[in-house]
Amino acid sequence: MAGIHVTTTINGDTVEYVCQPDETLLDVLRDRLGLTGAKEGCGTGDCGACSVTLDGRLVCSCLVLGAEAEGRAIATVEGLADGETLHPLQRKFLEHAALQCGVCTPGFLVAAKALLDRNLNPTESEVRYWLAGNLCRCTGYDKIVRAVLDTAAEMRESRNAA
Amino acid sequence: MPLDAADRPKTSFKQVGTRPLRPDGIDKVTGRARFGADANAPGMLIGKILRSPHAHARIRKIDASKALALPGVKAVVTKDDFAPRDDDLADVLVNVMARDKALYHGHAVAAVAATSVQVARKALALIAVDYEVLPHVTDVDEAMKPNAPVIRDGLITKGVDPALTKASNVAERYEFGHGDVKAGFAQAEVVVEREFKTEATHQGYIEPHACLANVGSDGTGELWVCTQGHYMVRDNCARLLGMDLSKLRVTASEIGGGFGGKTTVFIEPVALALSRKAGRPVKLVMTRDEVFLATGPTSSTSMMVKIGAKKDGTIAAAEALFKYQGGAFPGSPAQFGAMTAFACYDLKNVKVIAYDVLCNRPKQAAYRAPGAPMAAFAVESVMAELGAKLGLDPIDFRRRNAAKQGTKAVYGPTFGPIGFVETLDAVKNHPNYKKPLSKNQGRGIASGFWFNFGGQTCVSLNIGTDGTVNLALGTPDIGGSRASMAMMAAEELGIPYDQVRAVVTDTSSLGYNDVTDGSRVTFAAGAATIHAARDAVRKLCARAARTWGIPEDAVVWENGHAKPAGANAGNHKPLSLKEISGSAGSTGGPIAGHHEFNAENAGPSFATHVVDVEVDPETGRTTVLRYLIAQDAGKAVHPSYVEGQFQGGAAQGVGWALNEEYVYGKDGRLQNAGFLDYRIPVASDMPMIDTIILEVPNPGHPYGVRGVGETSIVPPLAAVANAVSDAVGVRLSSVPYSPPKVLKALNGRMKAAAE
Repeated sequence: MAGIHVTTTINGDTVEYVCQPDETLLDVLRDRLGLTGAKEGCGTGDCGACSVTLDGRLVCSCLVLGAEAEGRAIATVEGLADGETLHPLQRKFLEHAALQCGVCTPGFLVAAKALLDRNLNPTESEVRYWLAGNLCRCTGYDKIVRAVLDTAAEMRESRNAA
Repeated sequence: MPLDAADRPKTSFKQVGTRPLRPDGIDKVTGRARFGADANAPGMLIGKILRSPHAHARIRKIDASKALALPGVKAVVTKDDFAPRDDDLADVLVNVMARDKALYHGHAVAAVAATSVQVARKALALIAVDYEVLPHVTDVDEAMKPNAPVIRDGLITKGVDPALTKASNVAERYEFGHGDVKAGFAQAEVVVEREFKTEATHQGYIEPHACLANVGSDGTGELWVCTQGHYMVRDNCARLLGMDLSKLRVTASEIGGGFGGKTTVFIEPVALALSRKAGRPVKLVMTRDEVFLATGPTSSTSMMVKIGAKKDGTIAAAEALFKYQGGAFPGSPAQFGAMTAFACYDLKNVKVIAYDVLCNRPKQAAYRAPGAPMAAFAVESVMAELGAKLGLDPIDFRRRNAAKQGTKAVYGPTFGPIGFVETLDAVKNHPNYKKPLSKNQGRGIASGFWFNFGGQTCVSLNIGTDGTVNLALGTPDIGGSRASMAMMAAEELGIPYDQVRAVVTDTSSLGYNDVTDGSRVTFAAGAATIHAARDAVRKLCARAARTWGIPEDAVVWENGHAKPAGANAGNHKPLSLKEISGSAGSTGGPIAGHHEFNAENAGPSFATHVVDVEVDPETGRTTVLRYLIAQDAGKAVHPSYVEGQFQGGAAQGVGWALNEEYVYGKDGRLQNAGFLDYRIPVASDMPMIDTIILEVPNPGHPYGVRGVGETSIVPPLAAVANAVSDAVGVRLSSVPYSPPKVLKALNGRMKAAAE
């Protein structure tokens, strides 16, 4: 099969690649571009471990074709921190021990950021329903939800201070 | 025997009990951490496995000629690439690659290595397998019937006297207990006897099994793999492939969950065989449906429990029958079910019989307190019903019969110091226990027990010339154990936590370690770490003594410094760890501590859970409103990760109680091999989970640590069942308490009331 040439933006950088028509964005990220932060937990859009944003919209990258990224802007967990400075969500996940094995963590961080980009004052229920597409088998979600709520509170505070 | 003061667990700590950040944290929040599927190698091929579509079939012939002719296919392996065996690995090999028969839907029958996943998939479709479909059985009760198809030829039940002569699907019979059950029940004034079934559930780790194998033509090899035990992987794979253990170097990747399911080999020997045959590295990653089909879920069960009590609430006798199927191979945790079932209680008369049964299902693998949650579901459901009949508060009823120090456990030993009563008192005094409940809401209580394991452990602690420390561990870190180990090393050495870097090394760099299982790591590898640190401290003191020209026994170690001590030690300025290690080159060379041992006296852990639910009478859906856990940790090294273990186990138990089950069709095929149809709890299914960490020190550990990882999955099944019963008055004989089943029971009750 002939490959498809794609020009896209990933974490702010212009990226070009050639992929097969049946290749998922997740496979492109992981196998062609070496961005292995997004994980394949199911390949069917049920676990959220491969979460990325596409033009700001939260998607499972296993359900997006690599060819669909043409001209779009993709954000992955690798772009969350600013150099040595962690995103507040990353810092709070560590402080709250919101990860055990950590394989679902990239997806949770990307999904939680997409929530806070829209709503910096979510209720516990809003956090729980927004994150219902991300499976975690280790934590029972308690510390994840607390970390997200605490991040939102801190970001609200620093926004108000600014 | 009373312990000497020196042997008694330490009680005052500087580091242990605090909540520092984990050493692997930054990597895991930035995407930098490398899990099983995140490694690649130059020239790498992709491996894929062909699996049986049938539950039970004779394999007449495998023709891979068309697959081999496909451009890009570099190797095909079948059973013929592995020598048959009759030793302890015989069943492991049969499970890795079917031999004369496919024993379950999803059983591996052949594998290919190709230049891309697309080519590998095409190649699988070109392998022709000639099957003769055989009668199958997937239900444990059906499998025990005399007319059931016998899955494994010539299987004779063990543990029966006189020995049986006819083959069956019952691999082994177990019996435990003491006292006189018949006499006990004769004294009982209230007796409850019930039958229960539970379906198989999967560990449900989010990371599918993955490995990268690279075998050279010189008989040496390397394997990168997500596993709970890379020494186990090395030993099993090397033996199955006829390699020397020393020539296969296995590196454990970061592991994306295991819960017991990654304590054996599935794809690893296949990847190595493909790599050896193709002469190139081979990466093999399972899809999610392969994980459900062909890795080990836990057993499904069929159980009977009977408990009799006097009117004052004293249990007079208890009896149980447990039937656990473990797939098409012996080894279900029926024995653990029988041993743990009544372990919470001090019983005079108790008898438990258990059967290990074979079915045409995947070979079960350990799942968090293997065997215990099902038995506790049955026992704690009966305890709730019996307590209600006696008119007793559920906590008071359990407390009256609670196991304590000196209680003879049903499985034999007499308990040392344990914290069961403490868990009961803690939940009774918690505000959750007094919260008022509304209509259709109910509260359920259940308790649980797990033995905890010790096992073979080897640790090295290397002190750098700058005074920082590398701690080399051989137990894969599945939930934050590197943090706990570094804390214990820092505690002993008297240096800051961030000066200790804990690393899980490969199999060539450290002696053998048992797998990360049985809640053993913080206990066993923790104790080894403490002893290795003490070994290093002895050497540090010896260097100081040499520097000062005084006897070694005239030096003590305090707050990270060697100090002269005693009448003739003289007056010397204390030397810090950094100073001693900095001059190590001129005082005798590198300084390191080691410890190798087989850890014993793990110290069991007990828990009591209280759950509040609301049942929607129109849909049968159960919502968990509140959840409370009290559990004995012995000593919580890193309390956040102890809480995390409590919470995670409870959430898995809630999933088991309300939704999760393997669904088999009449054709013996698994119907729900994916996260859409096998629904594990999501964030919106759960409330916050309140935890109480109790600390009744384990005398078998220098700091009093007990394992904490597994007990938390034992009580939830019954706790949820008891809560639903309290809320709407229906009690099911099986989990899950899924909406259709609860609704049917509610409607049945309404119909009965109307008649």
